[in-house]
Amino acid sequence: MTTTTVDEAPFIEPEASAPRNYLNDEYGVLSWLLTRDHKRIAVLYAFSVTLFFVVGGIMAFLMRLELLTPEGDLFTSDTYNKLFTLHGIVMIFFFLIPAIPAVLGNFILPIMLGAKDLAFPKLNLLSWYIYMIGGTFGVYVIIAGGVDTGWTFYTPFSTQYSNTHVFAVTLGAFITGFSSILTGLNFLVTIHRMRAPGLTWFRLPLFVWSIYATSVVIMLATPVLAITLALLMIERVLHVGIFDPALGGDPVLYQHMFWFYSHPAVYIMILPGMAVISECVAAFTRKKIFGYKFVAFSSLAIAFLGFLVWAHHLFVAGISIYSALIFSFLSMIVAVPSAIKVFNWTATLYKASVSWQTPMLYVLGFIGLFTIGGVTGLFLGALGVDVHVHDSYFVVAHFHYIMVGGTIMAYLAGIHYWWPKMTGRMYPEWWARLSALLVFVGFNLTFFPQFLVGYVGMPRRYHAYAPEFQVLNVLSTAGATVLAAGYLLPMIYLAWSLKFGRKAGPNPWGAVGLEWATTSPPPKENFHETPVVSWEAYDYPAFLKAMKETQHG
Amino acid sequence: MANPTLHHLQHPGELEEEARAHHHPFLQHHFEDLGQQHEASTLGMWFFVAQEILFFGGVFCAYAVYRVMYPEAWSAGAHHQNWRIGLVNTIVLIGSSLTMALAVWAAQGGKRKLTTLMLVLTLLLGGIFVGVKGFEYREHIHEGLFPGASFTYVHHENPALTPAIQLFMVFYFTMTGLHALHMIIGAGLLLWFIKRAWRGDFGPEYYSPVEIMGLYWHFVDIVWIFLFPLLYLIH
Amino acid sequence: MMLSDFPLFPESASSVAKYVDGLYLGLVLVTGAVSLLIWLAIFYLAIKYRRRPDNELAQEQEPPAALELTWTVVPLIVFLGIFVAGAWVYFRIQRVPSNALEVYATGRQWMWKFQHATGQREINTLHVPVNRPVKITMASEDVIHSLWFPAFRVKNDVLPNRYRTMWFQATKTGRFHIFCAEYCGTQHSGMIGWVEVMEPTEYQRWLAGGSEGSLASQGEKLFQKYACNTCHTNDATGRGPVLAGIAGKTVPLADGTNIVADDNYLRESILNPTAKVAAGFQPIMPTFQGQVSEEDLIRLLAYVKSVPAPAVQQVRQP
Repeated sequence: MTTTTVDEAPFIEPEASAPRNYLNDEYGVLSWLLTRDHKRIAVLYAFSVTLFFVVGGIMAFLMRLELLTPEGDLFTSDTYNKLFTLHGIVMIFFFLIPAIPAVLGNFILPIMLGAKDLAFPKLNLLSWYIYMIGGTFGVYVIIAGGVDTGWTFYTPFSTQYSNTHVFAVTLGAFITGFSSILTGLNFLVTIHRMRAPGLTWFRLPLFVWSIYATSVVIMLATPVLAITLALLMIERVLHVGIFDPALGGDPVLYQHMFWFYSHPAVYIMILPGMAVISECVAAFTRKKIFGYKFVAFSSLAIAFLGFLVWAHHLFVAGISIYSALIFSFLSMIVAVPSAIKVFNWTATLYKASVSWQTPMLYVLGFIGLFTIGGVTGLFLGALGVDVHVHDSYFVVAHFHYIMVGGTIMAYLAGIHYWWPKMTGRMYPEWWARLSALLVFVGFNLTFFPQFLVGYVGMPRRYHAYAPEFQVLNVLSTAGATVLAAGYLLPMIYLAWSLKFGRKAGPNPWGAVGLEWATTSPPPKENFHETPVVSWEAYDYPAFLKAMKETQHG
Repeated sequence: MANPTLHHLQHPGELEEEARAHHHPFLQHHFEDLGQQHEASTLGMWFFVAQEILFFGGVFCAYAVYRVMYPEAWSAGAHHQNWRIGLVNTIVLIGSSLTMALAVWAAQGGKRKLTTLMLVLTLLLGGIFVGVKGFEYREHIHEGLFPGASFTYVHHENPALTPAIQLFMVFYFTMTGLHALHMIIGAGLLLWFIKRAWRGDFGPEYYSPVEIMGLYWHFVDIVWIFLFPLLYLIH
Repeated sequence: MMLSDFPLFPESASSVAKYVDGLYLGLVLVTGAVSLLIWLAIFYLAIKYRRRPDNELAQEQEPPAALELTWTVVPLIVFLGIFVAGAWVYFRIQRVPSNALEVYATGRQWMWKFQHATGQREINTLHVPVNRPVKITMASEDVIHSLWFPAFRVKNDVLPNRYRTMWFQATKTGRFHIFCAEYCGTQHSGMIGWVEVMEPTEYQRWLAGGSEGSLASQGEKLFQKYACNTCHTNDATGRGPVLAGIAGKTVPLADGTNIVADDNYLRESILNPTAKVAAGFQPIMPTFQGQVSEEDLIRLLAYVKSVPAPAVQQVRQP
């Protein structure tokens, strides 16, 4: 199979690398900790989210070790319960929700729009500090002994019965929510008001459309989590019965309020992944995404419909049959725009020029795995099946297919795709491909057996389980080992590439987009003069012709 | 010439110096001009307000659910609030929105002293509001109405209502407390703006900070317009 | 380890299990086919149109709107079909047959307590007859639990301070798992048990094997112990309403509304009597919150529900 390597691509100018860029512009710790530059803030986030990913990942691995045997013989029950709780909290609040928006969005969005920075650079830095403060609470809780309520904090267990650091961890999540909100606000205003001349809405890269939809969801959903957690904290301290039935409160009200945020939250986690996928599909097929407008509007549709389905988490929790019917119906509808995206991405490959480089491998993996994750959502939305599989490992498998097979693979795709732009270096392609393969194989081996063991009858959040579930659990743990290796390798070779990777020019992939019209790494102000956009989205011939002219003109 | 977009690759930094040569002291470097900066800040504040609506909306929804469950206790709880004091506070707050709006108008007109005066009045009225609220809180605490371990109040006619009345008081303190917190933050911002107004920062070219401060203040005012009937006036 | 130790599919042991499994397998087929199609399309297209020196740039083309519409509308129809099928199965799961055997369940950290109408009490085990519908009325003593019978494909959350019901009809004899399916603290994974489905004759034998009398008769003793009978007499002279025959009746309340006297209303009337006072009566009943345990509540309920309405209607004098 032929691929276009960095050297062969006709659009790489290994020009005298612009000496001044955002990385070497200023030196010193304070120049990083007090930066307003969105690119540096993105790098700060990259370090932080990676750290939390490692912490959450270690917890997952420890859980999988315990689950090798049916007895609870590695950890005490309390320790295991803390592990799955903290795994969920760390991964969701401190990794998945910030990762793509705060790392890739922060770095690339302004450049894609032809802007010098986000609308509110100081607010952007504040977002990172707020995130770090929230994260510190998380770390404190881990060190101080953990929390064992599950990341969902259901009452009255979390308010009346748990003897762990519930208040501290909900405060941490509460604080981190504001980081998310401010980032979303920054993105929305930037997209509305800071597009370069000529960059009309339908000329925008699809990345921007999806990030826009994400930001809308962040701004409207996260505050509801904030108030829910605030009430939870008040209940925990005062014990006055806001959600405690023994004192007249309603624990199902808590679930409604919690899931009103937490369902849209899953779209906060997947839409940025879809944003990256659209960009990479276009770049590695050298073609405009099939059905650009449908894909753009599907992001908005997902954002809107995502607010209407939360009670499908409560089908067996005590809602009426009529509520259940309505939410099942709506849950089926929200699946449609995601299906449209998958079909459109696949159709883009037709008569394209497909390159099999690492980002594309992750992209293809994403499409395959997100499809499985998505269709298993249909299983859960079907009332008759949900009664059986709710709170079983089937659900666990479903959401890991979306969040790990989906979001994390998209994150890796984006990191590899924009690595040359962010660092000025190429990563080693063959090591990267090996890692992608390990991730794909390891992921499926870890999580596919969980669909099966869930339907057979293994409940989730179980420390010990019935002996007949063991074989599937052993397969799952084996997969987790392979997956861990697949995640470890990039951390090593990406770090290696910073010093020893091949230097990259402005557009090593031959892709379309304003970010590829500036140097790698970009200068501090992104462009030396405001670009003017005269080409349609993903108009390869026009853009690449223009680049050629610039070289020789 | 080739596409001007890529012009910079060969000619870095040309227009940079030109831009720095003459621009407004408060124009931030990443904006093209004051107009763009103004539009961005305004839009930003609107989005922030939208998010705040969802924040308060959550607790309003929970309030509504419990009101349906415990209508008598809710009514009893509302009777315990002094609606006259609440009305005075409402008028004070609306007054502060008037002075805030006048401050924006004055800033637009470059009237330095008037702007400062209006901002000071807004701060004063806001302070009165918070002070009155503090007085109300103290009274409630003395009556044993603060939820939690120190809740000693018992409803005379129907003691069984007492737990739900405590729940009402939780909502009372949470909703008015969050509102007061927003006012205190607003007060802090007002102090800073008073300093800037006195310094003469604002004029027809650049008054957007005052305008978005006004947006925030009006929003906080409107939240109170909803809180007042829900907590003081229901039967 | 034998193959039987490694099940890929749970036992199908209830009347609804075949419907749930049928829907599940249908979904596996449909979604599996679509997923396979996508996977194959990706592989095929990515290989056929791989980048070669002669196709550095793709060929441009306008997608036909008809194609977009097709793969919007067709999935929508399929998904709505799934909704209908799911709802159909769901109704079969939710609708309790009228002749069901009544069992009461209490969940608490970390055990399941079952009480049969005939008085037997069991912990973590539930004996039921085969081929008879069994209705479980359940509440929790502390946090939210969830009662799951994987072999029967039914599950329902068990809430504190509120009764919920579920039902099943076992179609096979044998032992099947009971799991708690809502995380409830330290020993959540230990809150498990077995349902023993027996042939009718065996079941009768098991029932006869000693009990303290039926739930209703135990409840009658409690009715006297807590002095309920001093106000709730059998005629209109008592300070409290006549309770004979009240279960399921519509009760006019003091505030002008009506309420059906279901399990939750009867329970609330014991624990929080002034919340919904019956019309024509004073709110003078003391609360028994904290004095009556969950199990005693179940016994009292069983008793109250067992007393038939008096032959002559007693009319309360205003």
